[in-house]
Amino acid sequence: MCPDLRRRIFDLVVWIGSLVLAGGLLAGEAFAERTRPVADNATYRTECGACHVAYPPALLPATAWRAQMAALPRHYGVDASVDAPAVKEIGAFLDANAGRDRGVLAPANEPPRITTTDWFLREHRKAANAIRTSATVKSAAKCGACHPGADRGQFDEHAVRVPRS
Amino acid sequence: MQRLSPTFPVIALASLVWMPSAVCAAPRDLLAVYETVARQATPSFAGFSAARGARFFQEPHGGEWNCATCHTPNPVTAGKHARTGKTITPLAPGANPDRFADAASAEKWFRRNCNDVLGRECTPLEKGDVLTWLLSLK
Repeated sequence: MCPDLRRRIFDLVVWIGSLVLAGGLLAGEAFAERTRPVADNATYRTECGACHVAYPPALLPATAWRAQMAALPRHYGVDASVDAPAVKEIGAFLDANAGRDRGVLAPANEPPRITTTDWFLREHRKAANAIRTSATVKSAAKCGACHPGADRGQFDEHAVRVPRS
Repeated sequence: MQRLSPTFPVIALASLVWMPSAVCAAPRDLLAVYETVARQATPSFAGFSAARGARFFQEPHGGEWNCATCHTPNPVTAGKHARTGKTITPLAPGANPDRFADAASAEKWFRRNCNDVLGRECTPLEKGDVLTWLLSLK
């Protein structure tokens, strides 16, 4: 066999191998994303989940969660204060399970919003118009309007159902 | 005599601290507590009024919301959070036995929600009137 042909076959094998490996890693990551256990805490679920979806802690960095916890008596125009033991427990839970900085864009005088992170806007760019115009959704913070598993921390893209009106 | 464990005073104290919420397990017991406090605050106190409670629940208080905004004017039915749209289970104990079953939880929500609606905490008279009205709903 001429050296040139052997070289080409070798290149081909390397290419195919790389593609299979990359595909496997991507599929594995997607699978992990769907099946990753969602951090849970009963007090967080009861206190914060009483008024809205108990947002997965990984959706904001620790600095943002600390800002939220410090401003609970003025929580987006609502008094959401909890007693001292609950502040301590929820704060520790959020600290331990916070995510990396996903580009939090918040006006200086407002607490950080998951819905204004670079990550959120990128993930929802195709649905942005439907979210804005749907009377049922009203606010991008109503995760459960389109994500049926939001209360259980499940946001699988394949389960999304945007309401028609 | 066997010596008491050093944790005994701690446990005894803790059970004393927790006792009020255990004693006030039912809405009627919580109402009795409000009555005692209202009587102490106002010597002329002449009992709670369901009619006054109903009015308080549905009238405006100068802000964006009143109680009925989220709990509906007929709180034997489910309501909806004005900001987030999340379903709120019925507030009347007759329709939802979980309501006012835990005194600490009831007090927490009164404190927060009165602050949102009135910009201050509710008085024992206001809380007693509203609870009396809620208990009359079937």
